[in-house]
Amino acid sequence: MSLARPDALDITTKQKVALVIGVIGLFILTLALFNTNFPNEGLFLTLSLGLIVIGTIVYSREAYLNKLEGIKNDGQWFKSISSRGVWGWILGVILTAFYIVLYFFAEYLGLGQGANGSNTGLISLFDPLSQLLSGRNASQWFVYGTLYTVAILAFGYKFILKYRHNRYQQIRTVSVMFFQLAFAFLIPEFMYRLNSGIPYYDLKNMWPLSYYNFEQYRIEGFLTTGNIGLAFLIFGILSIFVISPFLTYKYGKRWYCSWVCGCGGLAETVGDPFRHLSSKKQSAWKLERWLIHTVLVFSVIMTVAVVSSYLKAGGFWTGPEGDKKFVEYWLSNETFLVSVGIFLTVLFVTVMVFKRNELGKDAKYGAIGYFVVLAALVILFYTGSTEEIFFIKSYKLKSAYGFYIGSIFSGVIGTGFYPILGSRAWCRFGCPMAAILGFQQRLFSKFRITTNGGQCISCGNCSNSCEMGIDVRHYAQKGENIVRSSCVGCGICSAVCPRGVLKLENDSMKGRINPTEVLLGNDVDLMTLVNEK
Amino acid sequence: MEHIVIIGNGISGVTLARHIRKLSDKKITIVSAETDYFFSRTALMYVYMGHMKFEHTQPYENWFWEKNRIDLKKGYVKTVETKSKTLHFAEGDTLQYDKLVIATGSKPNKFGWPGQDLEGVMGMYHKQDLKNLEKHAPNKDVCKRAVIVGGGLIGIELAEMLNSRSIPVTFLVRESSFWNGVLPEGESAMINRHIKNHHIDLRLSTNLKEIKSDENGKVKSVIIEETGEEILCNVVGLTAGVSPNIDFIKNSEIETGRGVKVNRYLETNIPDVYAIGDCAEQHEAIGNRRPIEAVWYTGRMMGETLAQTICGNRIQYNPGHWFNSAKFMDIEYQTYGWVFSERSKQDYEQHFHWIHSDDTKCITVAFHKDNNEFLGINTFGIRMRHETFDRWLTEKKDVDYVINHLSEANFDPEFYSRFEKDILSAYNNQLQTA
Repeated sequence: MSLARPDALDITTKQKVALVIGVIGLFILTLALFNTNFPNEGLFLTLSLGLIVIGTIVYSREAYLNKLEGIKNDGQWFKSISSRGVWGWILGVILTAFYIVLYFFAEYLGLGQGANGSNTGLISLFDPLSQLLSGRNASQWFVYGTLYTVAILAFGYKFILKYRHNRYQQIRTVSVMFFQLAFAFLIPEFMYRLNSGIPYYDLKNMWPLSYYNFEQYRIEGFLTTGNIGLAFLIFGILSIFVISPFLTYKYGKRWYCSWVCGCGGLAETVGDPFRHLSSKKQSAWKLERWLIHTVLVFSVIMTVAVVSSYLKAGGFWTGPEGDKKFVEYWLSNETFLVSVGIFLTVLFVTVMVFKRNELGKDAKYGAIGYFVVLAALVILFYTGSTEEIFFIKSYKLKSAYGFYIGSIFSGVIGTGFYPILGSRAWCRFGCPMAAILGFQQRLFSKFRITTNGGQCISCGNCSNSCEMGIDVRHYAQKGENIVRSSCVGCGICSAVCPRGVLKLENDSMKGRINPTEVLLGNDVDLMTLVNEK
Repeated sequence: MEHIVIIGNGISGVTLARHIRKLSDKKITIVSAETDYFFSRTALMYVYMGHMKFEHTQPYENWFWEKNRIDLKKGYVKTVETKSKTLHFAEGDTLQYDKLVIATGSKPNKFGWPGQDLEGVMGMYHKQDLKNLEKHAPNKDVCKRAVIVGGGLIGIELAEMLNSRSIPVTFLVRESSFWNGVLPEGESAMINRHIKNHHIDLRLSTNLKEIKSDENGKVKSVIIEETGEEILCNVVGLTAGVSPNIDFIKNSEIETGRGVKVNRYLETNIPDVYAIGDCAEQHEAIGNRRPIEAVWYTGRMMGETLAQTICGNRIQYNPGHWFNSAKFMDIEYQTYGWVFSERSKQDYEQHFHWIHSDDTKCITVAFHKDNNEFLGINTFGIRMRHETFDRWLTEKKDVDYVINHLSEANFDPEFYSRFEKDILSAYNNQLQTA
């Protein structure tokens, strides 16, 4: 806790009441966690979630509506919870523990612990809601999905109030709230009810973020459920190869990362009080670039290997009379591997030919990544069997990715460490989707953050509030536009800038990157001299 | 190897050092008594407000200096001996230079008020002031009220700072309206109202008579000149402008006026001694500019210019179109070109003023009343594009053109409400009635 305890940071009586209301809501969940059996689970679940939401709403209204519109960051580095103080660490430990239990010990949450495999504890508390939506009992993922959605909605409301002078922030937040509620939460549940057979599909969640999207059970699910299933499969493929590149070209990766994505949605709402904790050191940037691209290479190889192994093995088809029969896929393993290789080669050569200069020294690292993947393809081509890839059982590779990347990195570290590493540790260091979008954003996009001539005063508010750890000031104070692959376009740097220096824009590709020191204000001759170096 | 010594590690000195390093291999030493590393002075307020920590105000990581072979020396220069090219430090040691640059910035003005050196009386300029404020005004229990004397940019920032910790503020402004020596009436009046909306006790046309002490030599109260009223307070912020921080060279042979006298090449009367930034005073003002420009941007430009001269390409300090910016509590302010207040307006200067009904946005466009040439714009609550106005000023666009093309200059975030139509119709109305 900080030594200075400025009084303005003390909360009002009304806020204390709101906190108590919220804590009671959480307390009901805690009781359920310790296997208290509530008589009317539907009522208590409503009560619990309702109290949490009401508490958050009352607290936020009191925090922001009694003040004039403007930047509301007073005391964020004094408060224990948002400055890696004692409360910050306590919250971090609680969140981390929750994720570990959720991913690896769901039975402690009461999954299938009752008679005949029914739920008890926390999970059973959510059964009524799950029955209502999809007509089945809750799973740990349903509990998680519900809490996740409630959190985004409640804290999204808070965020909208905090930035009530800023329409970009408001619209963006409504967008993430909508996509979480509709696409991630409701639609998949309804889909289950309407047409059992289509695998759970959050339409906005595209490969490689949903690394499992092209696994065999899903492909067969899609292919055996008629036109709808097929449409979903095609949509999944179009998403990554057509829709996403197009939107990223037009708007930058923000269309996904801070407008649509669920991980981003949580980071922008619940994670907002922790955004400034991301490290801005150059060393963190170096780590980021290695880590995120390694995950990308890993996820590409893993996906190709998994697909390759079942293409080779063939699949079982359910016939019209419910009979199972063995079929070969129309796409052969060899054709698949060769196509992937050709695709990557075309991509690599195109980038090297047209964007060689922009990449500069990074071209070398891109080449390393490309050759690693290509080597993996060759090895797969010659050594892959139906069971083994790279002489490892294929399911082991898959579960290793699922465990280390899908669970530990994105969940436990990504969200559990919000109060320590900031709100976007996963998006910044791990997300392979962000890596792909970022690559596009850096090279083929109209998006940039424009710096307003010479108006920067190097104050550092922009860098401080960047959740992706970009040292925004480094560019702004040189009068240079910010074109960084990691930028998710949240727009907070622009919002907090006291001098109106930063603007998120989609404009022509020409002159987007201006790496010279264009400081307006000095006479033209001098600027020519400065830029000549 | 030639040794360049820069006194002062603010924006001017650091920009100079960086550019010398880009252009040459000279040995560079930056001397400062204030801090180990360069920080953004304009960001100090955010440290007190808890938006940032002090380390975040440092634009370069600590390894930057060694990597770029810029030596940093912490020390207080007591005297400069130009004959032997030697600096004498208060700590007793000395430093030899081949070329010396004085970039020591400003210090807060004190006008000889009784009690101005009491404990709890402070400026808001140096890092030490921040520490002092943290000591005397950590919260509203220790500091029941603060009085700020002087209605300029630092004064309103200090008010915002104290406000962030719920410390009641009385803000004494000598002028009849906030900063109306610089801002036209309509803008100044809007800021008056904004200050009051933040529950700050703004006292216009009010002067400080004296600061009273308690038995321990700490501030107890202030007395108002006009009314004799006594206002109890624990902190007094003196923010009545700044002046060059050059006491240490008063006894040297370097010519000084209010600041260090320099020519357009930023050279002093002594060879190999230069001055840049807030502490430099031009023999003759450049255009409409003041001889001493205590502004972040001009300091930076002087640093860039002098680097050229020191590295063998002697050029004049030749600032382009004037621009500046500030933030008054929640209202951002930008200016491009020249818009003068009623007090210092030229005969030919005519204004068009538009204010939004929400009382947080307004613009004032200055133009030449004979030929309609666009002279400059003040914009509040609407961000505008520097590059666009710089171009329009160079191209000497007329005011009609500027008002009709205002949307090209808009720099507000996406989805913000736009006001160009309102502004245009207000402009047409005013011209018709005029």
